[in-house]
Amino acid sequence: MSNPAGGAISLPRETVRTGRRDSEPRSTQGIQSLVLRVLVYGAAIFTFAVLLFLIGYILVRGIPYLTPDLFSLEYTSENCSMMPSIITTVEMTLLSLLIAIPISVFTAVYLVEYAKKGNKLVGLMRLTTETLSGIPSIVYGLFGMLFFVTQLGWKMSLLSGALTLSIMILPLIMRSTEEALLAVPDMYREASFGLGAGKLRTVFRIVLPSAMPGILAGIILAVGRVVGETAALMYTAGTATDIPTSLFSSGRTLAVHMYCLSSEGLHTDQAYATAVVLLLIVLVMNTVSALIARKLTKK
Amino acid sequence: MKRQKIIERGMSWLFALCACMSIVAVVLICVFLFANGIPAMKEIGFFNFLFGTKWAPKNEPASYGILPMIVGSLCVTLGAVIIGVPIGVLTAVYLSRFCPKKLHSLLEPLVQLMAGIPSIIYGFFGLVVMVPLARMIPGCTGVSMLTAAVLLGIMILPTVINLSESSINAVPDSYYEGALALGATHERSVFFAVLPAAKSGLLAAVVLGIGRAIGETMAVIMVAGNQAAMPRGILKGIRTMTANIVLEMGYATGLHREALIATGVVLFIFILLINFAFAMIKKRGEKA
Repeated sequence: MSNPAGGAISLPRETVRTGRRDSEPRSTQGIQSLVLRVLVYGAAIFTFAVLLFLIGYILVRGIPYLTPDLFSLEYTSENCSMMPSIITTVEMTLLSLLIAIPISVFTAVYLVEYAKKGNKLVGLMRLTTETLSGIPSIVYGLFGMLFFVTQLGWKMSLLSGALTLSIMILPLIMRSTEEALLAVPDMYREASFGLGAGKLRTVFRIVLPSAMPGILAGIILAVGRVVGETAALMYTAGTATDIPTSLFSSGRTLAVHMYCLSSEGLHTDQAYATAVVLLLIVLVMNTVSALIARKLTKK
Repeated sequence: MKRQKIIERGMSWLFALCACMSIVAVVLICVFLFANGIPAMKEIGFFNFLFGTKWAPKNEPASYGILPMIVGSLCVTLGAVIIGVPIGVLTAVYLSRFCPKKLHSLLEPLVQLMAGIPSIIYGFFGLVVMVPLARMIPGCTGVSMLTAAVLLGIMILPTVINLSESSINAVPDSYYEGALALGATHERSVFFAVLPAAKSGLLAAVVLGIGRAIGETMAVIMVAGNQAAMPRGILKGIRTMTANIVLEMGYATGLHREALIATGVVLFIFILLINFAFAMIKKRGEKA
């Protein structure tokens, strides 16, 4: 066996004991196995039941409240329209993607195609990217408030929010791009070099196009993250109810809108309806991402 | 030809520059959080801030002790781990070793979906479904540590499941086959041969789950009750560090605001420690 860890000698002790317990009556083993089986099935059923119940509950309770009033362009305290928030969400998503995609894709290109092995800087880059992916969104929110809103003086604005979010989704897009680039066979690169193309042309014409589905799946996941984000935006983009007119005006995304509605406690019906829209967006995003990923693995 | 070379060189520098952005971001985050939080801690006094049991920024004189919030965060996280980890690991075992292949391709995207559902929706679900349920327990106010722990336990499930499943899948087949050949049943082979071998991966899953739970904000706010006092039992309300920041940042000024940022610093340090532990476990797993 080529894998040294796979040898029988290194088996955990428990295994050996399991086999030798001849004195133990057969039925004890049977009961133990049954209990374990019940536990495993129970846990799986619980997990997926909770998920389906959550989705079902929100859809069933929320869909009746989806009235045309909720989609009028002007927000008033009577109609609680979510249309301005939807538009803000779209703007916020596009803006943060515009900032995050080039940086994260180029980072991945550097790490996979350019960086030399054992480079100290590369180790540091990986460490910081992992750190970024572990930071909770409220800490991003605090940082955005201190840096973009206060230090740079951009106030609570679309731009402050988008920049905060783009740092947040950086590791997400980067990791999926990196995986996609690594999956491109070296043959492609060699063939391209063999035909006389330079490194840059190989990257842009050969490697990136073949890695596109993987990158796209990462981007879609990032969109889902942006759409659902609340804590990082409350104190960077603010909670203004109007459609932002410029990069420097405040606006609330759909998730922030929903938090405001449900914490006021006066508009539970509208909160249900908003939850439905939010959930549908996330559902669609995830389905598309899963379909792309499935297409990839089929190849 | 020369122009080509300049472009090549220039672009490779651009790529390297982009790659440095993550370092810049982490440095900026550290600098700004610490520079704004540490002075407040000094002014209040490190001991009074970290171990003071009274949070009353509106009092004269105001007192800023965040021990209740630290204890609150730790309690809720512990509860989430107690609930989320066993269920998550068992579900991962199911997906990896018990599930028919066809069903697996259906369930896998569902786990991803579960990870993608925004925390505000989990929080809302907790508010409208779990809080009324919790009120039926005698002595429970509905919004409580218990509700928050259960909700967080559900929310960390996808994290735990994903990591555990991939670490279980990484165990060589010969372990399982060896156990079967020695006469163990399918269940016993999985639990006593495969799972122990996936130990370090499972530990990493737990650590990452802890990180998710302690940093969770919006969902906790909606179901935890948010009383800024020492926790008085699992059926009573509590406030976490994250909730403290979001709830009061809107109107806080002066030292109060800085104390909230300092709360963020404490949270950030917790997260850094957890990240560090995660990296260590991963490194040890790779070596072994």
